[in-house]
Amino acid sequence: MSFTRRDTLAIGLGAAALTVLPFRVSAAAEDAIAAFTGGADMADSGVELTAPEIAENGNTVPISVSAEGASAIIVLATGNPTPGVAEFKFGELAGSTAASTRMRLAGTQDVLAIAKLADGSFARASKTVKVTIGGCGG
Amino acid sequence: MAEGVKPRVKAPKSASAGEVVTIKTLISHPMESGQRKDSSGNKVPRSIINRFTCDFNGQSVIDVTMEPAISTNPYFEFEATVPEAGDFKFTWYDDDGSVYEETKSVAMA
Repeated sequence: MSFTRRDTLAIGLGAAALTVLPFRVSAAAEDAIAAFTGGADMADSGVELTAPEIAENGNTVPISVSAEGASAIIVLATGNPTPGVAEFKFGELAGSTAASTRMRLAGTQDVLAIAKLADGSFARASKTVKVTIGGCGG
Repeated sequence: MAEGVKPRVKAPKSASAGEVVTIKTLISHPMESGQRKDSSGNKVPRSIINRFTCDFNGQSVIDVTMEPAISTNPYFEFEATVPEAGDFKFTWYDDDGSVYEETKSVAMA
């Protein structure tokens, strides 16, 4: 099989689009972030998000979040019809500021965790999860 | 009220003062996201548990706000500090106003 100049261009463009697409953050997700942080800057370290790299079933994707000294952590699925997943608020008897749950993902996308730290600053972490079968029933 | 909602909690029966224990909770609930359509193409209305809290002797351990993106049969795992003997109280709040409760006692070891 030989590539013409046109084929090569098309393949290159397609590949570029594929790499860019999963990293878009929807307007609804931006709103959710703004509502939580109030537009404050976010550090890139200080919160840990554990999620599988590939989720076979988007209906139940196990995730866990943790952030040292956080008072609250929100989890957002940027590619879902509604980006909100959960908000964890830790009380005075929380043994650690970490929690695990299972979430639905509509398709391959970035999952975002934002923590409100003890000093009032915010930290974020994101992870791309590849989803084989989407979990929104469509 | 959603049918057959049954909370399950795994918590230790005893702990030493100040110990950090892991708690696992699961509640059977369909968590209808409001995105699905039935066979005739109508949207199935949203029906989820929107909030879960865990208290120990009235002091808050964790308070979770849940959105439709939480899976069917919502599961949570977290850690709690046990300062004294007492009761863990778990509460789930349904969209339709139902409240599901579960209590687990912890003795001092």
